Amino acid sequence: MTKRNSNKRPITFTAALALSLVCSFARDINLLNVSYDPTREFYQDFNAAFSKYWKEKTGDAITIRQSHGGSGKQARAVIDGLAADVVTLALAYDIDAIAEKAKLLPPDWQRRLPSNSSPCTSTILFLVRKGNPKGIKDWDDLIKPGVAVITPNPKTSGGARWNYLAAYGYELKRAGGDEARAKEFVRKLFKNVPVLDSGARSATTTFIQRGIGDVLIAWENEAIMAIKELGQGQFDLVAPSISILAEPPVTVVDKVARKRGTEEAAKAYLEYLYSETGQDIVARHYYRPRLESVMQKYAGQFTQLKLFTIDEVFGGWQKAQKAHFNEGGVFDQISQANR
Amino acid sequence: MAGAPSTDTAIIRRRVSRSQSQRGTEEPPLIKWTLIVIALAFSLVFLLLPLVNVFAQAFAKGWQAYWNSLTEPDSWAAIRLTLIVAAIAVPLNVLFGVAAAWAIAKFEFRWKSLLTTLIDLPFSVSPVVAGLMFVLMFGLQGYFGKWLEAHEIKIIFAVPGIVLATVFVTFPFVARELIPVMQAAGSEQEQAALTLGASGWRTFWHVTLPSVKWGLIYGIILCNARAMGEFGAVSVVSGHIIRQTETMPLRVQALYEGGSAVSGAAAFAVASLLALLALITLAIKTFLEWKQARDYARAQQLAMPTPESDSDTAFLARQNLR
Repeated sequence: MTKRNSNKRPITFTAALALSLVCSFARDINLLNVSYDPTREFYQDFNAAFSKYWKEKTGDAITIRQSHGGSGKQARAVIDGLAADVVTLALAYDIDAIAEKAKLLPPDWQRRLPSNSSPCTSTILFLVRKGNPKGIKDWDDLIKPGVAVITPNPKTSGGARWNYLAAYGYELKRAGGDEARAKEFVRKLFKNVPVLDSGARSATTTFIQRGIGDVLIAWENEAIMAIKELGQGQFDLVAPSISILAEPPVTVVDKVARKRGTEEAAKAYLEYLYSETGQDIVARHYYRPRLESVMQKYAGQFTQLKLFTIDEVFGGWQKAQKAHFNEGGVFDQISQANR
Repeated sequence: MAGAPSTDTAIIRRRVSRSQSQRGTEEPPLIKWTLIVIALAFSLVFLLLPLVNVFAQAFAKGWQAYWNSLTEPDSWAAIRLTLIVAAIAVPLNVLFGVAAAWAIAKFEFRWKSLLTTLIDLPFSVSPVVAGLMFVLMFGLQGYFGKWLEAHEIKIIFAVPGIVLATVFVTFPFVARELIPVMQAAGSEQEQAALTLGASGWRTFWHVTLPSVKWGLIYGIILCNARAMGEFGAVSVVSGHIIRQTETMPLRVQALYEGGSAVSGAAAFAVASLLALLALITLAIKTFLEWKQARDYARAQQLAMPTPESDSDTAFLARQNLR
């Protein structure tokens, strides 16, 4: 290399640097999706599909980063400053908490996207050991003495709160609205719980890998995945007579996205969840899709059962949270009584 | 161990004869062997077996799977981040540790006992509390949260937060190793250097530092082992962003909870690196102890003919008496 060449190099280098800076400002977007525990695999697939779609549509490269943990814990992290462009959590109350405590999004966030901002639904089912040795068929089998039930801690896990409310709602309906009986029912149920894990995924690990418990109360998607991918022929799925319609919601964290200039991409990302492709990935990961055409395609993998919503039995998440899971609520009372 | 070198062999001879004549002062063989068996069984079951199991699980799917799970982008990013964090945190703590140990061992000042207690603080505080402390300070709802946000400075849920938490929990290691060594070395050597006209800086480099080098190295490897292995404090401030703020220990947990058999094996593959780090740390520690013992023995040999003539070896010997 001659001297003249090396003299020119800084200029070319600076130009290249400037160019790449300009390009990176315009073209490289990254989003952070803060989600709950069992969605890791789902969002891995979905993110790949969305980046491809976004690249084709706008020509921009987009990277989506994921963070997973117990739903309540993740909400707390966003409140404390984890810069999520979108949150996709297990239940609406956790996103309400972000709106209320950190004011990062408007209180009416749940009306911004179709179907209560929940692109898919799921429900709560039982996973039992092969051949169902304890003969578990419905919720009232879980309170029998000698049945070890695995469910995570409702204080930290969103999935656990759905589990708890499903059990409570079952007994409330059976008892004709008698709250005292429903309370006694969940007390007995939690007396049968030997380990309270902090998240749905940890509970699954406890049941499957550590072999503890006779029945796992689990998200439907988590239970089907466990059967299909982890323990071929080791577990059976049991659907109770009635369960809760779980709606895990998604939303853009406005303040963060606006500041980072990712609003448009974040919005498109969530809307893509409702698209045909998005719904198909949803169903492939055993969540119940909203789109009728996709639901029909995958109908075979979901058990038909009666589902009640949180609004009709508990009057919405705000009320359910206050009555059951806050300090001194029903869950605290039954834990006290069980000690 | 401080006995005058020339009488060493006499002591040994006396000890040998004593072991034959004074059986009464020893434990009966039954108790002795029971204790040995209990101790061995305990370390076998609770230390060695789990360690072997980590490697067995890691290689359960073969070498190729092991290699793939380490080079898989998410885990690879975690390994890199852990190395970066250690590369920042350890030098910082060497700096703090040497400064603190020097101040405590060589000078007298009013708040000395307070400083000594403060150095120990990270040992007595639960790592989770340490992490929460940083969230309370630098989190969005914390004392400096609004200011940091306005100036677009990210600490919590970003690499700086992880480094801070790591520096905090590993702070005592270097200082704790150095203080006794420096105290034992005394300050006469430095005083001699200073009176001979060496500058303070030169004294530090040529007199203080060489006299504490083994203690320092030991402190550094302990500090490094903890920096790479820290879970609690880092977990609180990390935000668990895959490929961005996930360190090796956090990655192990995420993989283990990944659920599938593949990710289970991958969890153990990453864990095996941490276990390997522990083994290397132990090996270096053993080597340092062996080297120290050898230096000490050599110093004694040199000192034997004319103990008072060679101040250097006498110094070396004294320094090893800590």
